Amino acid sequence: MGTIGLTHYLVVAAILFCSGMFVMATKRNAIGILIGVELVLNSTNINFVAFDRYLGPGQLDGQIMALFVIVLAAAEAALAVAICMNFYRNLSTIDVDHGTELRG
Amino acid sequence: MIGDFQGGAPLNRLRPRGLKHAAQRAVASRGLKHAAQWRRVVTRLVMACVVVLMMTVGAVAADDAATQDMRGVSSAESGSPLEAVMFYLVATGCVVSAIGVCVCKSVVRMAVFLFGALGSVALLYFLLAANFIGAIQLIVYAGGTLILLIFGVMLTSKSPWVRLDASKLEMLGAGAVTLAFLAALWTLLNRTVWPGTHAEAPGTSIAAIGESLLTEYLVPFEVAGVLLMIVMVGAAHLARQDK
Repeated sequence: MGTIGLTHYLVVAAILFCSGMFVMATKRNAIGILIGVELVLNSTNINFVAFDRYLGPGQLDGQIMALFVIVLAAAEAALAVAICMNFYRNLSTIDVDHGTELRG
Repeated sequence: MIGDFQGGAPLNRLRPRGLKHAAQRAVASRGLKHAAQWRRVVTRLVMACVVVLMMTVGAVAADDAATQDMRGVSSAESGSPLEAVMFYLVATGCVVSAIGVCVCKSVVRMAVFLFGALGSVALLYFLLAANFIGAIQLIVYAGGTLILLIFGVMLTSKSPWVRLDASKLEMLGAGAVTLAFLAALWTLLNRTVWPGTHAEAPGTSIAAIGESLLTEYLVPFEVAGVLLMIVMVGAAHLARQDK
């Protein structure tokens, strides 16, 4: 076990990002897709905090950026769940493939 | 498709078709029911073990940080073997939870694995000496957003165990693209040399974050406040029951 460096954290973040991408691509449940988005946002947050700790310690820029990402993710989740409820009420399913009313 | 909901009793579909006598059928169905119950019990045990393991790791990490703080050493001392062990444990938990989110079919299990992933990410923040962000991650993400997601599952399906499966072809395509992207990222990360420092990082003080939010980042801070209010009104409007 060597010294833990920036690359280790970036690899974990890359794996999280890829699983989030896979979840967004394969799930057809709208809330499942939302879970994938949360995974992707978390991976970017790991990147922000790791860069903050290893490239500019004591500057706090990365940590504050991570804080704003958390705020935006909470807002996005609230809106997305409201939209999902509306979707379910109108189409009585949560399968995103059925939302075709806006298709030209 | 509405026919894809498998909330009620999937056991009927599993019953073998060749059996004709009622007694045989009853025995077979009982056996299947037992198997299903055992599988459920084992799954829950495994999940409980994962949660307990993660809580132990978190407690050890917090204890380590506290003792080191008492000795006047930073909690994120670089190069200590304990840090390496903790990192590999937490990173393994994180990756396993993320893969669990990919593999699971039911949304509730995905949410449980997402909880594992969010908790491990919070522990990673603690290892990176970002104490405040770790605490906020636990409170807002694991405490708020995840509960919101689970409420969304409850409100949008006839049964919480909804399954909407993608076809094999879609899974294969998505898996191939994801693995290719991961391999590209991996080679890129291994070839890059970062100009970073491995010196000890002092733990972040909350006062410094607050000061920075109210001086340098004042405008984004206020805009985030306005955005949160607009989102609150908008979500309440969208989720309203039409009369």
